Amino acid sequence: MKALRNYLNKIKPDFEPGGKYEKLWSVFDGFESFLFVPNTTSGKKGVQIHDSVDSKRVMIIVVLALMPALLVGMYNVGYQHFLAIGEDAGFWATFLFGFISVLPKIVVSYAVGLGIEFIVAQVKHHEIQEGFLVSGMLIPMIVPVDTPLWMIGVATAFAVIFAKEIFGGTGMNVFNVALITRAFLFFAYPGKMSGDNVFVRTSDSFGFGGGKVVEGFSGATPLSFASSNLQPTNIIGEPLSGWDYFFGLIPGSIGETSTLAILIGAVVLLLTGVASWRIMFTVFGGGALMAWIVSACGASVLSVGDQICLGGFAFAAVFMATDPVTGCRTNTGKYIYGFLIGALAIIIRQFNSGYPEGAMLAVLLMNVFAPLIDFYVVEANIKRRLRRANA
Amino acid sequence: MSEKNKEIFLGPLSKNNPVIVQVLGICSALAVTAQMEPALVMSLSLTAVLAFASVIISLMRNTIPNRIRIIVQLVVIAALVIIVDQILKAFAYEVSKLLSVYVGLIITNCILMGRLEAFALGNKPWPAFLDGVGNGIGYSIILLIIAFFRELLGSGTLFGHQVIPQICYDWGYENNGLMILPPMALIVAGCIIWVQRAKNPEMQED
Repeated sequence: MKALRNYLNKIKPDFEPGGKYEKLWSVFDGFESFLFVPNTTSGKKGVQIHDSVDSKRVMIIVVLALMPALLVGMYNVGYQHFLAIGEDAGFWATFLFGFISVLPKIVVSYAVGLGIEFIVAQVKHHEIQEGFLVSGMLIPMIVPVDTPLWMIGVATAFAVIFAKEIFGGTGMNVFNVALITRAFLFFAYPGKMSGDNVFVRTSDSFGFGGGKVVEGFSGATPLSFASSNLQPTNIIGEPLSGWDYFFGLIPGSIGETSTLAILIGAVVLLLTGVASWRIMFTVFGGGALMAWIVSACGASVLSVGDQICLGGFAFAAVFMATDPVTGCRTNTGKYIYGFLIGALAIIIRQFNSGYPEGAMLAVLLMNVFAPLIDFYVVEANIKRRLRRANA
Repeated sequence: MSEKNKEIFLGPLSKNNPVIVQVLGICSALAVTAQMEPALVMSLSLTAVLAFASVIISLMRNTIPNRIRIIVQLVVIAALVIIVDQILKAFAYEVSKLLSVYVGLIITNCILMGRLEAFALGNKPWPAFLDGVGNGIGYSIILLIIAFFRELLGSGTLFGHQVIPQICYDWGYENNGLMILPPMALIVAGCIIWVQRAKNPEMQED
Protein backbone atom coordinates (compact mmCIF):
# COMPACT_ATOMS: atom_id res chain seq x y z
CA MET A 1 0.00 0.00 0.00
CA LYS A 2 2.81 2.35 0.92
CA ALA A 3 4.55 1.92 -2.42
CA LEU A 4 1.27 2.69 -4.19
CA ARG A 5 0.78 5.80 -2.06
CA ASN A 6 4.28 7.00 -2.92
CA TYR A 7 3.66 6.33 -6.61
CA LEU A 8 0.42 8.31 -6.52
CA ASN A 9 2.20 11.16 -4.75
CA LYS A 10 4.81 11.13 -7.48
CA ILE A 11 2.38 11.34 -10.41
CA LYS A 12 -0.08 13.66 -8.69
CA PRO A 13 1.49 16.96 -9.95
CA ASP A 14 0.88 15.85 -13.54
CA PHE A 15 -2.83 15.86 -12.92
CA GLU A 16 -3.10 19.10 -11.02
CA PRO A 17 -3.98 22.32 -12.89
CA GLY A 18 -1.09 23.15 -15.20
CA GLY A 19 0.16 19.57 -15.29
CA LYS A 20 0.49 17.26 -18.26
CA TYR A 21 -2.77 15.34 -17.73
CA GLU A 22 -4.78 18.21 -16.24
CA LYS A 23 -7.89 17.09 -18.12
CA LEU A 24 -7.87 13.70 -16.43
CA TRP A 25 -7.91 15.14 -12.90
CA SER A 26 -11.33 13.63 -12.11
CA VAL A 27 -10.14 10.17 -13.08
CA PHE A 28 -7.01 10.46 -10.97
CA ASP A 29 -8.91 11.90 -8.06
CA GLY A 30 -11.42 9.06 -8.28
CA PHE A 31 -8.75 6.41 -8.01
CA GLU A 32 -6.94 8.22 -5.26
CA SER A 33 -9.98 8.68 -3.07
CA PHE A 34 -11.13 5.15 -3.82
CA LEU A 35 -7.94 3.84 -2.29
CA PHE A 36 -6.91 6.31 0.39
CA VAL A 37 -9.53 8.91 1.29
CA PRO A 38 -10.56 9.66 3.98
CA ASN A 39 -7.81 8.65 6.34
CA THR A 40 -8.60 11.29 8.91
CA THR A 41 -10.70 11.09 12.03
CA SER A 42 -11.71 13.82 14.43
CA GLY A 43 -8.93 15.52 16.37
CA LYS A 44 -8.12 14.83 19.99
CA LYS A 45 -9.37 18.26 21.05
CA GLY A 46 -12.94 19.52 21.03
CA VAL A 47 -16.27 17.73 21.04
CA GLN A 48 -16.72 16.92 17.36
CA ILE A 49 -17.07 13.33 16.25
CA HIS A 50 -15.96 12.40 12.78
CA ASP A 51 -14.82 8.92 11.89
CA SER A 52 -13.33 7.72 8.67
CA VAL A 53 -16.45 5.95 7.41
CA ASP A 54 -17.69 7.81 4.35
CA SER A 55 -19.99 6.78 1.54
CA LYS A 56 -17.19 4.95 -0.27
CA ARG A 57 -16.46 2.73 2.70
CA VAL A 58 -20.16 2.16 3.26
CA MET A 59 -20.44 0.99 -0.32
CA ILE A 60 -17.48 -1.32 0.04
CA ILE A 61 -19.18 -2.95 3.04
CA VAL A 62 -22.34 -3.48 0.99
CA VAL A 63 -20.30 -5.05 -1.81
CA LEU A 64 -18.67 -7.35 0.75
CA ALA A 65 -22.09 -8.25 2.13
CA LEU A 66 -23.14 -9.19 -1.38
CA MET A 67 -20.29 -11.65 -1.80
CA PRO A 68 -21.91 -14.70 -0.11
CA ALA A 69 -25.01 -14.36 -2.28
CA LEU A 70 -22.87 -13.87 -5.38
CA LEU A 71 -20.67 -16.91 -4.71
CA VAL A 72 -23.62 -19.17 -3.92
CA GLY A 73 -25.36 -17.72 -6.97
CA MET A 74 -22.39 -18.66 -9.17
CA TYR A 75 -22.34 -22.16 -7.74
CA ASN A 76 -26.08 -22.43 -8.31
CA VAL A 77 -25.74 -21.39 -11.95
CA GLY A 78 -23.33 -24.28 -12.45
CA TYR A 79 -25.45 -26.63 -10.34
CA GLN A 80 -28.61 -25.96 -12.37
CA HIS A 81 -26.67 -26.31 -15.61
CA PHE A 82 -25.17 -29.68 -14.79
CA LEU A 83 -28.47 -30.85 -13.36
CA ALA A 84 -30.12 -29.92 -16.64
CA ILE A 85 -27.61 -31.84 -18.76
CA GLY A 86 -27.60 -34.72 -16.32
CA GLU A 87 -23.92 -34.66 -15.41
CA ASP A 88 -22.19 -34.71 -12.05
CA ALA A 89 -19.23 -32.41 -12.54
CA GLY A 90 -17.93 -32.07 -8.99
CA PHE A 91 -17.79 -28.96 -6.84
CA TRP A 92 -15.03 -27.02 -8.57
CA ALA A 93 -16.20 -27.59 -12.13
CA THR A 94 -19.70 -26.60 -11.05
CA PHE A 95 -18.45 -23.40 -9.49
CA LEU A 96 -16.15 -22.66 -12.41
CA PHE A 97 -19.03 -22.94 -14.86
CA GLY A 98 -21.05 -20.48 -12.82
CA PHE A 99 -18.05 -18.18 -12.45
CA ILE A 100 -17.34 -17.89 -16.17
CA SER A 101 -21.05 -17.48 -16.90
CA VAL A 102 -21.54 -14.66 -14.42
CA LEU A 103 -18.22 -12.80 -14.66
CA PRO A 104 -18.87 -11.23 -18.10
CA LYS A 105 -22.11 -9.73 -16.74
CA ILE A 106 -20.25 -8.12 -13.84
CA VAL A 107 -17.61 -6.76 -16.21
CA VAL A 108 -20.19 -5.31 -18.61
CA SER A 109 -22.22 -3.76 -15.82
CA TYR A 110 -19.20 -2.08 -14.23
CA ALA A 111 -17.62 -1.04 -17.52
CA VAL A 112 -20.77 0.62 -18.84
CA GLY A 113 -21.85 2.19 -15.56
CA LEU A 114 -18.46 3.46 -14.47
CA GLY A 115 -17.70 4.57 -18.02
CA ILE A 116 -20.75 6.81 -18.01
CA GLU A 117 -19.97 8.10 -14.50
CA PHE A 118 -16.42 8.97 -15.52
CA ILE A 119 -17.56 10.75 -18.67
CA VAL A 120 -20.24 12.74 -16.84
CA ALA A 121 -17.87 13.70 -14.05
CA GLN A 122 -15.27 14.78 -16.60
CA VAL A 123 -17.78 16.85 -18.58
CA LYS A 124 -19.19 18.55 -15.49
CA HIS A 125 -15.77 18.87 -13.81
CA HIS A 126 -17.09 17.06 -10.76
CA GLU A 127 -15.30 14.56 -8.64
CA ILE A 128 -16.11 10.99 -9.54
CA GLN A 129 -18.56 9.61 -7.05
CA GLU A 130 -18.56 6.06 -5.87
CA GLY A 131 -22.30 5.52 -6.20
CA PHE A 132 -21.99 2.91 -8.89
CA LEU A 133 -19.88 0.50 -6.85
CA VAL A 134 -22.92 -1.17 -5.34
CA SER A 135 -25.29 -0.79 -8.30
CA GLY A 136 -22.71 -2.36 -10.59
CA MET A 137 -22.58 -5.43 -8.38
CA LEU A 138 -26.34 -5.60 -7.87
CA ILE A 139 -27.21 -5.48 -11.56
CA PRO A 140 -25.63 -8.80 -12.58
CA MET A 141 -27.11 -10.46 -9.49
CA ILE A 142 -30.73 -9.65 -10.27
CA VAL A 143 -30.85 -10.79 -13.90
CA PRO A 144 -31.38 -14.31 -15.24
CA VAL A 145 -28.21 -16.07 -16.28
CA ASP A 146 -29.16 -16.16 -19.95
CA THR A 147 -29.62 -12.40 -20.32
CA PRO A 148 -27.52 -11.28 -23.32
CA LEU A 149 -24.63 -9.01 -22.39
CA TRP A 150 -25.61 -6.22 -24.77
CA MET A 151 -29.00 -5.98 -23.08
CA ILE A 152 -27.34 -5.56 -19.70
CA GLY A 153 -25.14 -2.86 -21.23
CA VAL A 154 -28.07 -0.97 -22.76
CA ALA A 155 -30.17 -1.24 -19.61
CA THR A 156 -27.29 -0.16 -17.37
CA ALA A 157 -26.62 2.85 -19.57
CA PHE A 158 -30.31 3.76 -19.52
CA ALA A 159 -30.56 3.45 -15.76
CA VAL A 160 -27.38 5.37 -14.98
CA ILE A 161 -28.29 8.23 -17.32
CA PHE A 162 -32.04 8.49 -16.77
CA ALA A 163 -32.42 7.31 -13.20
CA LYS A 164 -29.28 8.86 -11.75
CA GLU A 165 -27.28 11.41 -13.71
CA ILE A 166 -30.20 13.58 -14.80
CA PHE A 167 -31.35 13.81 -11.20
CA GLY A 168 -27.92 15.08 -10.19
CA GLY A 169 -25.82 11.96 -9.70
CA THR A 170 -25.07 9.81 -6.69
CA GLY A 171 -27.31 10.45 -3.71
CA MET A 172 -29.89 12.42 -5.69
CA ASN A 173 -31.70 9.59 -7.45
CA VAL A 174 -35.37 8.97 -6.79
CA PHE A 175 -35.28 5.34 -7.88
CA ASN A 176 -32.95 2.52 -7.08
CA VAL A 177 -30.59 2.43 -10.08
CA ALA A 178 -30.16 -1.35 -10.12
CA LEU A 179 -33.90 -1.90 -10.03
CA ILE A 180 -34.45 0.57 -12.85
CA THR A 181 -31.98 -1.50 -14.86
CA ARG A 182 -34.00 -4.60 -14.13
CA ALA A 183 -37.32 -2.88 -14.78
CA PHE A 184 -35.98 -1.64 -18.13
CA LEU A 185 -34.92 -5.16 -19.07
CA PHE A 186 -38.20 -6.60 -17.85
CA PHE A 187 -40.40 -4.29 -19.91
CA ALA A 188 -38.14 -3.90 -22.93
CA TYR A 189 -37.17 -7.54 -23.41
CA PRO A 190 -39.80 -9.60 -21.56
CA GLY A 191 -38.85 -12.73 -23.46
CA LYS A 192 -35.37 -12.65 -21.95
CA MET A 193 -36.36 -11.72 -18.42
CA SER A 194 -39.21 -14.02 -17.56
CA GLY A 195 -40.64 -17.33 -18.59
CA ASP A 196 -39.19 -20.81 -18.46
CA ASN A 197 -36.21 -20.53 -20.77
CA VAL A 198 -33.93 -17.97 -19.21
CA PHE A 199 -33.20 -18.96 -15.63
CA VAL A 200 -31.14 -22.07 -16.36
CA ARG A 201 -28.26 -21.99 -18.81
CA THR A 202 -28.57 -25.11 -20.94
CA SER A 203 -25.87 -24.25 -23.49
CA ASP A 204 -22.13 -24.19 -22.79
CA SER A 205 -20.24 -21.14 -21.53
CA PHE A 206 -17.22 -20.32 -23.73
CA GLY A 207 -17.11 -23.95 -24.82
CA PHE A 208 -17.12 -25.26 -21.28
CA GLY A 209 -19.74 -27.64 -19.92
CA GLY A 210 -21.55 -28.53 -23.15
CA GLY A 211 -24.06 -31.33 -23.17
CA LYS A 212 -27.55 -32.43 -24.06
CA VAL A 213 -30.50 -31.46 -21.90
CA VAL A 214 -32.06 -34.42 -20.13
CA GLU A 215 -35.54 -35.72 -20.79
CA GLY A 216 -38.30 -33.98 -18.83
CA PHE A 217 -36.35 -30.76 -18.28
CA SER A 218 -38.32 -27.64 -17.42
CA GLY A 219 -36.68 -24.32 -16.65
CA ALA A 220 -39.64 -22.93 -14.72
CA THR A 221 -38.92 -21.25 -11.39
CA PRO A 222 -40.82 -22.27 -8.25
CA LEU A 223 -42.70 -18.98 -8.37
CA SER A 224 -43.91 -19.58 -11.90
CA PHE A 225 -45.21 -22.95 -10.75
CA ALA A 226 -46.91 -21.24 -7.85
CA SER A 227 -48.46 -18.56 -10.02
CA SER A 228 -50.22 -21.31 -11.99
CA ASN A 229 -51.15 -22.99 -8.69
CA LEU A 230 -48.91 -26.03 -9.18
CA GLN A 231 -46.68 -27.61 -6.58
CA PRO A 232 -43.12 -26.46 -7.48
CA THR A 233 -40.60 -29.06 -8.65
CA ASN A 234 -36.96 -28.64 -9.55
CA ILE A 235 -35.85 -28.49 -13.17
CA ILE A 236 -35.86 -32.25 -13.66
CA GLY A 237 -39.21 -32.77 -12.04
CA GLU A 238 -38.29 -33.79 -8.50
CA PRO A 239 -40.25 -32.20 -5.66
CA LEU A 240 -38.74 -29.29 -3.70
CA SER A 241 -38.99 -28.59 -0.01
CA GLY A 242 -38.77 -25.41 2.06
CA TRP A 243 -35.10 -26.13 2.80
CA ASP A 244 -34.29 -26.12 -0.91
CA TYR A 245 -35.80 -22.67 -1.12
CA PHE A 246 -33.76 -21.58 1.88
CA PHE A 247 -30.40 -22.88 0.65
CA GLY A 248 -31.18 -21.70 -2.84
CA LEU A 249 -30.32 -24.52 -5.23
CA ILE A 250 -33.33 -23.62 -7.36
CA PRO A 251 -33.65 -21.78 -10.68
CA GLY A 252 -33.89 -18.00 -10.40
CA SER A 253 -31.99 -14.78 -11.05
CA ILE A 254 -28.29 -15.17 -10.29
CA GLY A 255 -27.86 -13.75 -6.81
CA GLU A 256 -31.30 -14.01 -5.31
CA THR A 257 -31.92 -17.74 -4.89
CA SER A 258 -30.08 -18.47 -1.66
CA THR A 259 -31.87 -16.96 1.31
CA LEU A 260 -29.13 -18.29 3.60
CA ALA A 261 -26.38 -16.39 1.78
CA ILE A 262 -28.51 -13.26 1.70
CA LEU A 263 -29.07 -13.52 5.46
CA ILE A 264 -25.29 -13.72 5.99
CA GLY A 265 -25.06 -10.47 4.05
CA ALA A 266 -27.89 -9.05 6.14
CA VAL A 267 -25.99 -9.85 9.34
CA VAL A 268 -22.93 -8.00 7.99
CA LEU A 269 -25.04 -5.00 7.06
CA LEU A 270 -26.80 -4.89 10.41
CA LEU A 271 -23.66 -5.39 12.51
CA THR A 272 -21.86 -2.60 10.72
CA GLY A 273 -24.95 -0.41 10.93
CA VAL A 274 -24.92 0.19 7.18
CA ALA A 275 -28.49 -0.92 6.53
CA SER A 276 -31.50 0.12 8.54
CA TRP A 277 -32.86 -2.75 10.65
CA ARG A 278 -36.17 -0.94 10.77
CA ILE A 279 -36.66 -1.27 7.04
CA MET A 280 -35.24 -4.78 6.81
CA PHE A 281 -37.40 -6.25 9.56
CA THR A 282 -40.58 -4.49 8.51
CA VAL A 283 -40.19 -5.71 4.92
CA PHE A 284 -40.01 -9.28 6.20
CA GLY A 285 -42.84 -8.55 8.63
CA GLY A 286 -45.11 -7.04 5.99
CA GLY A 287 -44.34 -9.87 3.58
CA ALA A 288 -44.95 -12.53 6.22
CA LEU A 289 -48.25 -11.01 7.28
CA MET A 290 -49.48 -10.74 3.70
CA ALA A 291 -48.22 -14.25 2.90
CA TRP A 292 -50.10 -15.55 5.95
CA ILE A 293 -53.30 -13.86 4.82
CA VAL A 294 -52.84 -15.23 1.31
CA SER A 295 -52.22 -18.79 2.46
CA ALA A 296 -54.99 -18.60 5.08
CA CYS A 297 -57.37 -17.69 2.25
CA GLY A 298 -56.06 -20.68 0.33
CA ALA A 299 -55.03 -18.47 -2.59
CA SER A 300 -51.53 -19.94 -2.85
CA VAL A 301 -49.82 -23.32 -2.63
CA LEU A 302 -46.88 -21.68 -0.83
CA SER A 303 -46.50 -21.37 2.91
CA VAL A 304 -45.37 -18.19 4.64
CA GLY A 305 -41.77 -19.39 4.82
CA ASP A 306 -41.78 -20.37 1.15
CA GLN A 307 -43.03 -16.94 0.13
CA ILE A 308 -40.22 -15.24 2.06
CA CYS A 309 -37.48 -17.52 0.72
CA LEU A 310 -38.57 -17.67 -2.90
CA GLY A 311 -37.82 -15.24 -5.70
CA GLY A 312 -36.25 -11.88 -5.12
CA PHE A 313 -38.10 -11.13 -1.90
CA ALA A 314 -35.26 -11.64 0.59
CA PHE A 315 -32.76 -9.99 -1.77
CA ALA A 316 -35.00 -6.97 -2.17
CA ALA A 317 -35.59 -6.74 1.57
CA VAL A 318 -31.90 -6.84 2.46
CA PHE A 319 -30.19 -5.01 -0.41
CA MET A 320 -32.81 -3.01 -2.30
CA ALA A 321 -35.28 -1.65 0.23
CA THR A 322 -32.50 -0.57 2.60
CA ASP A 323 -30.89 1.73 0.03
CA PRO A 324 -30.57 4.90 2.13
CA VAL A 325 -30.88 7.25 -0.84
CA THR A 326 -34.22 6.05 -2.17
CA GLY A 327 -35.83 4.96 1.08
CA CYS A 328 -37.47 6.86 3.92
CA ARG A 329 -35.27 8.96 6.20
CA THR A 330 -37.47 9.26 9.26
CA ASN A 331 -37.65 6.33 11.66
CA THR A 332 -41.43 6.13 11.68
CA GLY A 333 -41.38 6.46 7.92
CA LYS A 334 -39.03 3.50 7.66
CA TYR A 335 -41.53 1.22 9.39
CA ILE A 336 -44.31 2.26 7.01
CA TYR A 337 -42.04 2.10 3.98
CA GLY A 338 -40.71 -1.36 4.78
CA PHE A 339 -44.07 -2.81 5.72
CA LEU A 340 -45.69 -1.64 2.48
CA ILE A 341 -42.83 -3.01 0.36
CA GLY A 342 -43.22 -6.43 1.93
CA ALA A 343 -46.97 -6.48 1.65
CA LEU A 344 -47.06 -5.11 -1.91
CA ALA A 345 -44.46 -7.61 -3.12
CA ILE A 346 -46.63 -10.52 -2.03
CA ILE A 347 -49.81 -8.89 -3.34
CA ILE A 348 -48.30 -8.37 -6.81
CA ARG A 349 -46.86 -11.88 -6.80
CA GLN A 350 -50.18 -13.39 -5.83
CA PHE A 351 -52.80 -11.40 -7.66
CA ASN A 352 -51.16 -10.36 -10.92
CA SER A 353 -50.63 -13.52 -12.91
CA GLY A 354 -48.53 -11.55 -15.44
CA TYR A 355 -45.83 -11.01 -12.81
CA PRO A 356 -44.79 -14.15 -10.90
CA GLU A 357 -42.51 -11.94 -8.78
CA GLY A 358 -43.38 -8.52 -7.39
CA ALA A 359 -40.44 -7.47 -5.23
CA MET A 360 -38.90 -5.25 -7.92
CA LEU A 361 -42.13 -3.39 -8.64
CA ALA A 362 -42.97 -3.06 -4.95
CA VAL A 363 -39.63 -1.42 -4.12
CA LEU A 364 -39.83 0.92 -7.13
CA LEU A 365 -43.37 1.94 -6.24
CA MET A 366 -42.44 2.67 -2.66
CA ASN A 367 -39.38 4.64 -3.81
CA VAL A 368 -41.87 7.09 -5.27
CA PHE A 369 -43.78 7.35 -2.01
CA ALA A 370 -40.80 7.55 0.35
CA PRO A 371 -40.56 11.39 0.27
CA LEU A 372 -44.33 11.65 0.80
CA ILE A 373 -44.21 9.34 3.82
CA ASP A 374 -41.32 11.36 5.24
CA PHE A 375 -43.21 14.60 4.67
CA TYR A 376 -46.23 13.47 6.66
CA VAL A 377 -44.13 11.96 9.44
CA VAL A 378 -42.35 15.29 9.84
CA GLU A 379 -45.61 17.24 9.68
CA ALA A 380 -47.17 15.01 12.31
CA ASN A 381 -44.17 15.54 14.53
CA ILE A 382 -44.39 19.32 14.14
CA LYS A 383 -48.08 19.25 14.99
CA ARG A 384 -47.54 17.10 18.06
CA ARG A 385 -44.83 19.35 19.39
CA LEU A 386 -46.87 22.47 18.68
CA ARG A 387 -49.74 21.00 20.66
CA ARG A 388 -47.39 20.25 23.49
CA ALA A 389 -45.94 23.75 23.38
CA ASN A 390 -49.40 25.33 23.38
CA ALA A 391 -50.79 23.15 26.14
CA MET B 1 -43.27 38.06 -45.90
CA SER B 2 -42.35 40.80 -43.51
CA GLU B 3 -39.79 40.39 -40.76
CA LYS B 4 -42.51 40.21 -38.11
CA ASN B 5 -44.52 37.57 -39.95
CA LYS B 6 -41.40 35.52 -40.44
CA GLU B 7 -40.85 35.59 -36.70
CA ILE B 8 -44.46 34.53 -36.11
CA PHE B 9 -44.06 31.61 -38.48
CA LEU B 10 -40.58 30.41 -37.52
CA GLY B 11 -40.72 31.01 -33.76
CA PRO B 12 -42.87 27.98 -32.94
CA LEU B 13 -40.56 25.68 -34.90
CA SER B 14 -37.83 25.83 -32.26
CA LYS B 15 -37.43 28.70 -29.78
CA ASN B 16 -41.13 28.81 -28.92
CA ASN B 17 -42.10 25.25 -29.74
CA PRO B 18 -45.54 24.34 -28.37
CA VAL B 19 -44.55 20.82 -27.26
CA ILE B 20 -41.03 21.06 -25.90
CA VAL B 21 -40.97 24.68 -24.72
CA GLN B 22 -44.55 25.38 -23.69
CA VAL B 23 -45.17 21.68 -22.93
CA LEU B 24 -48.63 21.64 -24.51
CA GLY B 25 -50.24 18.78 -26.39
CA ILE B 26 -48.33 16.12 -24.49
CA CYS B 27 -51.24 13.65 -24.26
CA SER B 28 -51.46 13.11 -27.98
CA ALA B 29 -47.67 13.03 -28.24
CA LEU B 30 -47.78 10.00 -25.93
CA ALA B 31 -50.73 8.33 -27.52
CA VAL B 32 -50.13 8.37 -31.25
CA THR B 33 -46.36 8.17 -31.58
CA ALA B 34 -45.79 4.42 -31.34
CA GLN B 35 -45.68 4.41 -35.15
CA MET B 36 -44.83 7.00 -37.79
CA GLU B 37 -48.02 6.76 -39.83
CA PRO B 38 -50.58 7.72 -37.17
CA ALA B 39 -48.18 10.38 -35.91
CA LEU B 40 -48.00 11.91 -39.39
CA VAL B 41 -51.76 11.85 -39.90
CA MET B 42 -52.31 13.30 -36.44
CA SER B 43 -49.80 16.08 -37.19
CA LEU B 44 -51.49 16.96 -40.46
CA SER B 45 -54.93 16.95 -38.84
CA LEU B 46 -53.86 19.19 -36.01
CA THR B 47 -52.02 21.60 -38.31
CA ALA B 48 -55.04 21.90 -40.58
CA VAL B 49 -57.47 22.43 -37.70
CA LEU B 50 -55.20 24.94 -36.01
CA ALA B 51 -54.56 26.97 -39.18
CA PHE B 52 -58.23 27.22 -40.15
CA ALA B 53 -59.45 27.83 -36.61
CA SER B 54 -56.95 30.67 -36.25
CA VAL B 55 -58.16 32.32 -39.46
CA ILE B 56 -61.84 31.94 -38.60
CA ILE B 57 -61.44 33.24 -35.05
CA SER B 58 -59.28 36.09 -36.31
CA LEU B 59 -61.94 37.09 -38.84
CA MET B 60 -64.58 37.08 -36.13
CA ARG B 61 -62.42 38.65 -33.45
CA ASN B 62 -64.15 42.02 -33.47
CA THR B 63 -67.65 40.57 -33.21
CA ILE B 64 -67.09 37.91 -30.52
CA PRO B 65 -68.37 39.14 -27.15
CA ASN B 66 -65.58 38.79 -24.65
CA ARG B 67 -67.60 36.82 -22.10
CA ILE B 68 -68.51 33.94 -24.40
CA ARG B 69 -65.32 33.78 -26.45
CA ILE B 70 -64.30 30.34 -25.12
CA ILE B 71 -67.57 28.80 -26.25
CA VAL B 72 -67.22 30.39 -29.66
CA GLN B 73 -63.69 29.06 -30.00
CA LEU B 74 -64.83 25.60 -29.00
CA VAL B 75 -67.63 25.59 -31.54
CA VAL B 76 -65.21 26.55 -34.31
CA ILE B 77 -62.67 23.94 -33.28
CA ALA B 78 -65.27 21.23 -32.83
CA ALA B 79 -66.76 21.87 -36.25
CA LEU B 80 -63.31 21.67 -37.88
CA VAL B 81 -62.38 18.52 -35.96
CA ILE B 82 -65.57 16.79 -37.03
CA ILE B 83 -64.80 17.64 -40.65
CA VAL B 84 -61.26 16.25 -40.32
CA ASP B 85 -62.56 13.15 -38.58
CA GLN B 86 -65.10 12.48 -41.32
CA ILE B 87 -62.48 13.00 -44.03
CA LEU B 88 -60.16 10.53 -42.34
CA LYS B 89 -62.94 7.98 -41.97
CA ALA B 90 -63.79 8.35 -45.64
CA PHE B 91 -60.31 8.29 -47.16
CA ALA B 92 -57.97 6.76 -44.60
CA TYR B 93 -60.11 4.36 -42.61
CA GLU B 94 -57.26 2.16 -41.32
CA VAL B 95 -55.31 5.09 -39.86
CA SER B 96 -58.48 6.60 -38.49
CA LYS B 97 -59.10 3.35 -36.61
CA LEU B 98 -55.53 3.47 -35.23
CA LEU B 99 -56.01 7.04 -34.04
CA SER B 100 -59.41 6.16 -32.57
CA VAL B 101 -60.52 8.85 -30.13
CA TYR B 102 -57.41 10.96 -30.48
CA VAL B 103 -58.68 12.81 -33.53
CA GLY B 104 -61.79 13.75 -31.56
CA LEU B 105 -59.58 14.78 -28.69
CA ILE B 106 -57.89 17.43 -30.85
CA ILE B 107 -60.74 19.56 -29.51
CA THR B 108 -59.17 19.44 -26.06
CA ASN B 109 -55.60 19.88 -27.28
CA CYS B 110 -54.13 22.72 -25.27
CA ILE B 111 -52.20 24.07 -28.25
CA LEU B 112 -55.45 25.00 -30.02
CA MET B 113 -57.10 26.94 -27.24
CA GLY B 114 -53.77 28.43 -26.27
CA ARG B 115 -53.01 29.84 -29.71
CA LEU B 116 -56.56 31.06 -30.29
CA GLU B 117 -56.63 32.85 -26.93
CA ALA B 118 -53.11 34.20 -27.11
CA PHE B 119 -52.81 35.09 -30.75
CA ALA B 120 -55.76 34.75 -33.12
CA LEU B 121 -58.10 36.82 -30.95
CA GLY B 122 -55.84 39.85 -31.22
CA ASN B 123 -54.36 39.65 -34.71
CA LYS B 124 -55.33 39.97 -38.36
CA PRO B 125 -56.13 36.81 -40.37
CA TRP B 126 -52.82 36.50 -42.26
CA PRO B 127 -50.54 36.58 -39.21
CA ALA B 128 -53.05 34.35 -37.39
CA PHE B 129 -52.86 31.85 -40.24
CA LEU B 130 -49.05 31.89 -40.14
CA ASP B 131 -49.11 31.44 -36.39
CA GLY B 132 -51.47 28.47 -36.70
CA VAL B 133 -49.41 26.77 -39.39
CA GLY B 134 -46.17 27.51 -37.54
CA ASN B 135 -47.41 25.99 -34.30
CA GLY B 136 -48.89 23.05 -36.16
CA ILE B 137 -45.55 22.37 -37.85
CA GLY B 138 -43.72 22.83 -34.55
CA TYR B 139 -45.97 20.19 -33.01
CA SER B 140 -45.56 17.93 -36.04
CA ILE B 141 -41.76 18.05 -35.95
CA ILE B 142 -41.66 16.85 -32.35
CA LEU B 143 -44.29 14.18 -32.90
CA LEU B 144 -42.45 12.81 -35.91
CA ILE B 145 -39.08 12.75 -34.13
CA ILE B 146 -40.61 10.87 -31.19
CA ALA B 147 -42.44 8.48 -33.51
CA PHE B 148 -39.26 7.90 -35.52
CA PHE B 149 -37.32 6.67 -32.50
CA ARG B 150 -40.22 4.77 -30.99
CA GLU B 151 -41.05 2.88 -34.17
CA LEU B 152 -37.42 2.29 -35.17
CA LEU B 153 -36.29 0.98 -31.79
CA GLY B 154 -39.59 -0.53 -30.72
CA SER B 155 -40.65 -2.34 -33.86
CA GLY B 156 -37.62 -2.11 -36.15
CA THR B 157 -39.80 -0.52 -38.84
CA LEU B 158 -40.52 2.93 -40.30
CA PHE B 159 -43.97 3.64 -41.79
CA GLY B 160 -44.51 -0.11 -41.46
CA HIS B 161 -41.50 -1.10 -43.59
CA GLN B 162 -38.82 -3.28 -42.04
CA VAL B 163 -35.70 -1.14 -41.60
CA ILE B 164 -33.49 -3.14 -39.28
CA PRO B 165 -32.13 -6.03 -41.36
CA GLN B 166 -32.91 -9.62 -40.47
CA ILE B 167 -29.24 -10.36 -39.88
CA CYS B 168 -29.30 -8.21 -36.73
CA TYR B 169 -32.08 -10.35 -35.31
CA ASP B 170 -30.14 -13.49 -36.23
CA TRP B 171 -27.22 -12.09 -34.24
CA GLY B 172 -29.38 -11.68 -31.17
CA TYR B 173 -30.77 -8.17 -31.50
CA GLU B 174 -34.27 -7.72 -30.14
CA ASN B 175 -36.80 -4.94 -30.46
CA ASN B 176 -37.14 -2.85 -27.35
CA GLY B 177 -40.65 -3.48 -26.05
CA LEU B 178 -40.44 -0.53 -23.70
CA MET B 179 -40.35 1.87 -26.65
CA ILE B 180 -43.90 0.81 -27.58
CA LEU B 181 -45.17 1.75 -24.12
CA PRO B 182 -46.21 5.39 -23.55
CA PRO B 183 -43.54 6.26 -20.91
CA MET B 184 -40.80 6.18 -23.53
CA ALA B 185 -42.55 8.95 -25.48
CA LEU B 186 -42.04 11.20 -22.48
CA ILE B 187 -38.42 10.17 -22.14
CA VAL B 188 -37.75 10.77 -25.84
CA ALA B 189 -39.46 14.16 -25.55
CA GLY B 190 -37.24 14.85 -22.56
CA CYS B 191 -34.16 14.01 -24.62
CA ILE B 192 -35.30 16.41 -27.35
CA ILE B 193 -35.69 19.15 -24.74
CA TRP B 194 -32.24 18.25 -23.43
CA VAL B 195 -30.64 18.57 -26.87
CA GLN B 196 -32.48 21.83 -27.60
CA ARG B 197 -31.48 23.45 -24.31
CA ALA B 198 -27.91 22.27 -24.71
CA LYS B 199 -27.76 23.94 -28.13
CA ASN B 200 -29.43 27.16 -26.94
CA PRO B 201 -27.81 28.09 -23.63
CA GLU B 202 -29.96 31.22 -23.37
CA MET B 203 -33.05 28.98 -22.94
CA GLN B 204 -31.72 27.22 -19.85
CA GLU B 205 -33.51 28.04 -16.64
CA ASP B 206 -31.59 27.98 -13.39
